[in-house]
Amino acid sequence: MVQPKFLKFDTLSLHAGQQPDPATGARAVPIYQTTSYVFEDTDHAAALYNLEQPGHIYSRLSNPTVAVLEERVAALEGGVGAVATASGMAALFLAVATLMDKGGHIVASGSIYGGSHNLFTYTLPRFGIETTFVNPRKPDAFKAAIKENTRLVFAETLGNPGIEVLDLPAVADVAHAAGLPLLIDSTFTTPYLMRPFDFGADIVMHSLTKFIGGHGVAIGGCLVDSGKFDWRASGKFPTLTEPYAGYAGIDFADEFGPQAFLMRARAEGMKDFGACLSPANAFYILQGLETLPLRMQKHVANALKVAAFLDAADEVEWVNHPSVPSHPDHALAAKLLPKGAGSIMSFGIKGGRAAGRKFIENVQLASHLANIGDAKTLVIHPGSTTHQQMSAEALAAAGIGENLIRLSVGIEDADDIIQDLKSALRASQKG
Amino acid sequence: MECIVNGKRAHAATGGIEPKAGAPVLVLIHGAGMDGTVWQLQSRYLAARGVRVFAVDLPGHGGSEGPALASVEDMADWVIAFMDAAGIKQAAVAGHSMGALIAVELAARHPEKVKAVGLLGVAAEMPVHPDLIAAADAGGPLAPELVTDWGFGRISHIGGHPQPGLWVMGAAEQLLESAKPGVLAGDLRACDVYKKAAEQSTGVACPVRIVAGDEDKMTPLKNAKPLMGQFKDAALDVLGRTGHMMMLERPREVAKSLRDLAAL
Repeated sequence: MVQPKFLKFDTLSLHAGQQPDPATGARAVPIYQTTSYVFEDTDHAAALYNLEQPGHIYSRLSNPTVAVLEERVAALEGGVGAVATASGMAALFLAVATLMDKGGHIVASGSIYGGSHNLFTYTLPRFGIETTFVNPRKPDAFKAAIKENTRLVFAETLGNPGIEVLDLPAVADVAHAAGLPLLIDSTFTTPYLMRPFDFGADIVMHSLTKFIGGHGVAIGGCLVDSGKFDWRASGKFPTLTEPYAGYAGIDFADEFGPQAFLMRARAEGMKDFGACLSPANAFYILQGLETLPLRMQKHVANALKVAAFLDAADEVEWVNHPSVPSHPDHALAAKLLPKGAGSIMSFGIKGGRAAGRKFIENVQLASHLANIGDAKTLVIHPGSTTHQQMSAEALAAAGIGENLIRLSVGIEDADDIIQDLKSALRASQKG
Repeated sequence: MECIVNGKRAHAATGGIEPKAGAPVLVLIHGAGMDGTVWQLQSRYLAARGVRVFAVDLPGHGGSEGPALASVEDMADWVIAFMDAAGIKQAAVAGHSMGALIAVELAARHPEKVKAVGLLGVAAEMPVHPDLIAAADAGGPLAPELVTDWGFGRISHIGGHPQPGLWVMGAAEQLLESAKPGVLAGDLRACDVYKKAAEQSTGVACPVRIVAGDEDKMTPLKNAKPLMGQFKDAALDVLGRTGHMMMLERPREVAKSLRDLAAL
């Protein structure tokens, strides 16, 4: 049987979304550092404002440099398109605000980024949107939590910081059986390790700040839509299937078909909420994206070595990384993440909170900071930083103990990373 | 807009503007396995410029009730029935790919209904590779992938689309994947067996405008040329570095061509 000849992942990482600059022939993606764009005439201006013709009006809505990044991530994920945002959190809020009004309800994994957990727990309820958190390892728990007013199911490909592997096909089936879309935060895995659309996700979000940017120099986020969810058939999403008075009465599903969600997210969300990505940051992130396949190979190769080292270390009580055979999701990871289960891991240090503090204070190569997915190795103690706002019960439910250290394995030489960890572990056990 | 055609619900996109009586009418007919949203980068533009646009969903496609029709002739009859149901006495009719064959067929059989014809990605015959029909019969992503691969010119395989954030190859593939089971295969068979375009084209007296992509692998320009001489009044517009999916690949140019067609 004949097969399609699409450009492959590595090629798309370098090229997708960009032709040499038509004005100058520049090969690199130019930074279009402009707020606005001159209209050809009044007819052209009217056409752009009415979404009649493609083009740029104002960089809060779209920008040529940002558009290259959006198109490239969409190509790598196998989506119909993308909207880039100022950060990953802006992407998550944009998705929620595009899909539901006050009175809406979300079913979310309880093992997610602390910022997302905070948005769902404290901020969205102020606007009348409630969230039920469930164990990401139990697809039936997602099912049981769905209510009449549920509008979204949300989870991360790999839990944070428990590194639970989401049974994505099973959770997608649960969402779809209830007529709901599944939004997946794929920041930990990137499209190089997994394309969630291949397993049933409907919308993917990224913090581009992490592995996709990779250099730790720019904050950004994005939403990618698979275009697969049938908004009309679901009947639960009037923002997409009924005329929108805020934009000339557009019925987005009727006019734009598979692009309905993204068109509404841009036309309303970027216009009214305004959390746009700057062109300079899009440029920085694109520089990282060009080498995503190479970096991810090194990240996961190093992660395997580091996880094996920690698993054997006397100072470590347990290691959470799906590559470790004792991890509960080891087999599921082999199925869904055959190239590797990312380079984020957590481990429990012997000696509890005090030993954890000493460990953090004694690493020299690894950096103690609140980020993941940098090319450099990073460590953090979530109980006192990223997840400090969570209650003791919520921490326990998310599998976060006081002795938990989260490690984002970088692309340095693996021997140097291990040596640094070894000396810090040794120091952590000294009185 | 929705109306009842042959007792079943029919849907057409109108470009977001309620059509005004007396304005020139343009009926847009999509290709195999697609629906009226494939004209999304033209329909609003045309509607805002005073054209009454009806981007129909053929039966069993998009928002129109099924079953899908099995032949180009039946589809042409359905478009005429749609025009009657929508109160359209005469219109310019433009079709893409299979839709172009439908446009030729209905223009030949109902000259009183058709003011002008636009043919995008047309050929005198459209034989379909047996592997593609087999893949469509099997369901799954392969057939949409093959149509997407062959349907777009080289530039679209890399991207740089004028619509911010749109990965147009993914959008076209998803549109095809969203077709109901069996619809794409049925449409491809309808294209494969329809051999009357050259014969019917001699009966088309109204102006005909052909839009072709110079990188079209599915309906190569050389296969459209035999039709050119048969029409009484035909003009050809070739779009450079463009494949078969010209409405998505060259949205602005195609919108302007359709605007000119509606004004004929």
